[in-house]
Amino acid sequence: MRLTPFHARTSELCDVYNWSLWCNWLLADMYAPDHIQEYFAIRTACAVFDVSPIPKYHIHGPDAVRFLNRIVTQDVLHCAVGQVLYTPWCDDDGKIMDDGILARLDGQSFRLTAGDPWLYWLEDNSVGLDVVIEDVTELGVLALQGPNSRHLLKTLTDTDLDQLRYFHILKTELAGIPVEVSRTGYTGDLGYEIWVEPPQAVQLWDVLLEAGEAYQLIPFGDYALEMARIEAGLLLADVDFYSSKKVVYEFEKSSPLELGLGWSVKLDKEHFIGQKALQQEHARVPSWGTMGLEVDLNSLEAIYAGFGMPLYLPHEAWNEAVPVYSGGHQIGKATSGMWSPILKKYIAIARLKPQFTRPGTHVDMEVTIDAQHKLAQTTVVKMPFFDPARKKSLGQE
Amino acid sequence: MNSLTKNYDAIIIGGGHNGLTAAAYLAKAGRRVLVLEQRHLVGGAAVTEEIYPGFKYTVYSYVVSLLPPRIIQELQLPKHGLHVMPLEGAFTPMEDGNYIASYSDEDDTLAEIRRHSKRDADIFPVFNIMMYDLARAVKPILTMIPPDPANPGLEGLRTLRDLGGHLKSLGKEKFHWLTKIMTMSAYDFLREWFETDVLIATQAQIGVIGTFLGPKSPGTAYVLLHYYMGELDGASSTWGSQRGGTGGVSEAIAGAARSFGAEILCNAPVKQVIIKNGQAIGIALENGDEIVGKTIVSGCDPKVTFRTLVDEKELPSDLVDAIDKFKYRGSSGKVNLALDGLPTFPAMKDKALIRGMQEICPSVDYLERAYDDAKYGGFSKRPFMGCIIPSTVDPTMAPPGKHVMSIFVQYASYDMPAHGDRDQQREAFGNAVIDSLVEFAPNIKNLILHKQVITPWDIEQTVGITEGNISHGELMLDQLFFMRPIPGWAKYRTPVRNYYQCGSGTHPGGGITGTPGRMAAAEILKDGN
Repeated sequence: MRLTPFHARTSELCDVYNWSLWCNWLLADMYAPDHIQEYFAIRTACAVFDVSPIPKYHIHGPDAVRFLNRIVTQDVLHCAVGQVLYTPWCDDDGKIMDDGILARLDGQSFRLTAGDPWLYWLEDNSVGLDVVIEDVTELGVLALQGPNSRHLLKTLTDTDLDQLRYFHILKTELAGIPVEVSRTGYTGDLGYEIWVEPPQAVQLWDVLLEAGEAYQLIPFGDYALEMARIEAGLLLADVDFYSSKKVVYEFEKSSPLELGLGWSVKLDKEHFIGQKALQQEHARVPSWGTMGLEVDLNSLEAIYAGFGMPLYLPHEAWNEAVPVYSGGHQIGKATSGMWSPILKKYIAIARLKPQFTRPGTHVDMEVTIDAQHKLAQTTVVKMPFFDPARKKSLGQE
Repeated sequence: MNSLTKNYDAIIIGGGHNGLTAAAYLAKAGRRVLVLEQRHLVGGAAVTEEIYPGFKYTVYSYVVSLLPPRIIQELQLPKHGLHVMPLEGAFTPMEDGNYIASYSDEDDTLAEIRRHSKRDADIFPVFNIMMYDLARAVKPILTMIPPDPANPGLEGLRTLRDLGGHLKSLGKEKFHWLTKIMTMSAYDFLREWFETDVLIATQAQIGVIGTFLGPKSPGTAYVLLHYYMGELDGASSTWGSQRGGTGGVSEAIAGAARSFGAEILCNAPVKQVIIKNGQAIGIALENGDEIVGKTIVSGCDPKVTFRTLVDEKELPSDLVDAIDKFKYRGSSGKVNLALDGLPTFPAMKDKALIRGMQEICPSVDYLERAYDDAKYGGFSKRPFMGCIIPSTVDPTMAPPGKHVMSIFVQYASYDMPAHGDRDQQREAFGNAVIDSLVEFAPNIKNLILHKQVITPWDIEQTVGITEGNISHGELMLDQLFFMRPIPGWAKYRTPVRNYYQCGSGTHPGGGITGTPGRMAAAEILKDGN
């Protein structure tokens, strides 16, 4: 088990001793007794998450572009310096192995993040290319997310953060500490990720938290992050899909097209792993589509009333798949869901047969009470569920 | 006459949250609706105003809990800006430097109670379940059209039958508790459960909110239950604050109403309802304009609805009599502060509690004495105070590093003759509040950048609620259900044809519930108007 470079501070603040492991790094699930406060800080003020455990690879050298373009489904050739891409990568069958963000730091230098470690696989695929792949997971990363995050960061630097566009990155100093700041995150809100060398990590934390006091900054853990990412319609590996390298059976695998990630698959670029399979899949209709569901509360209330119970709403995100039906036949599954306190809606992410993916379609989601299976009515909707303009907008002075 | 002289299906007098709710439902049903608000902004007592530059005050009403999920869904309020954040717990400092806190997490609350009494901590979960059950038992009554038992009619009989069946289904034990809570004082009721004085005080204070009664006055246990019926996202008895202040709730309802086609006109005080042959046909504005409408709906309190807006000769004399006897007795004031930094409560060991509610009710005697002071007129020398600092969770309320504090104060009488003219009364009242707060948060005086003091009289002057009662009339058993506002006229109708009432003075009463507005709209539509 490993500790992130911010652990000396996060462990002081984690009052509830609620930790879990991510890639063998210790990660706080929540800091205060009620993760809802952390969730609301993300949506109302600003909040900071220690995202350091995320596997990171520094990929550089004359063949870096060629190498990466072979690995990921996005078109790296057209990724400008300072730009960041969200991208999946697949196996030969076009099944998703993982996803992450790819930042072009300069002409021949990139940083790729992933849900799981991929060093050996990346190296295996770089044979014969003039490229260096370094595991830089030790790098400290803080996700500063929420409507106040820009105001807060601006107090620490002279760099014009107002003009830093969504999915772009720049080098700067925060209170004299050299960092990289990317306009990225996993919350679907205005937010930044701050990349720092481990020796300066604690100092960065202190500077940020101190300046953050005036901006109602609090740390947040995985439970609040889970809620934010579902509202943002962002899929989670090992929950909404599985890496094809980690499962045994075909049915457990999925393609980015089935996951609604087709926009990040550039089928016509030069060769990449899984290209042929994905082109073929694209030509026919993919077997699944991924959509949002909104649960009809009256129908859910009626189910609970049948048990003499008041309406129960899931205040923590759930991530055990439940079946979805239409006309009594199973037509898919909901893979994660929650009550959204902002939207006042019970939302879920679902994998559905393609004929049921049209927004407005009515399907039924299974609800289990006292080991009895009941069906709540839901409506198919587009994701993201929550998409504030501030997520992408530029700042104003 | 200006461009407004269109034919409206419904004209709503008063853009408070209930008037707006009624407007939204009527517009949603396809009616042409006009809302007339006397002030420059909608919301009535649920408004946010920037009285001091850069600082937003949630001027009167400051927490949300009683707004039913059904209304939030039906009017799609989140789409129009509803954004309610739950308050993280409550903190009550005691006079000996100790304190008691409660949290959204029950285990944490129990750990707190255990510091005071292990016995009370053991009982608390049972008490909570009982209160929860009672709240659930009473909740359906809140959305029943109150039948008049003396003259129920067919529909009323059906409702009474349902009510009887419902009460019977509670079982013997809960029914007995229900009877007790309907009749007892909050203190006596709580004393049957708990031994810890400060714990009883923190619960009993809920029972006196908006009434001119002390915690030992009968009838206050019901008020406790009334506020237990609140919920946020299905979590019962949880309170929250709206992003940008309570005005945001009104704005959201107004946004919904507009989205359905309702028109809302501010700076348009109504002088009178125009009545012809016993039927309301329009309204006259203060400026002399007249607007024609098929249905006129008053969101104002009963006295304004029946005695100000309508000529006495249009009403039966027994109604006039009863309305004149309707008890208002505004008892709460408000102090809003712009602060240069966060106040420090030396007793507050868990700093996160600054983001919750700070309740100044250190003992039952403190509460009862606060009542004693004020019951002969005037205000409490050491009042009960419910404080929140919304800027600790919501950066839109104050500039970075600065804060706003909202202080709900009880008791403050409508009349304070011993303290000079109205300005002097306000000044003296405000000073008593700050001096009492300083006992528990000594640094607060040095932080104050601006102070807004509001007495019940000020509420009446600005918002228009008679005697400044926050519930449009006291929430007492003799003024509830089929007796709200008066027996015989509890179904949102009035003796004047096509003239309706939809404010908090009707069933089920005060708080940001939207329910009178929703039910009034339903009755209006039922009448075919």
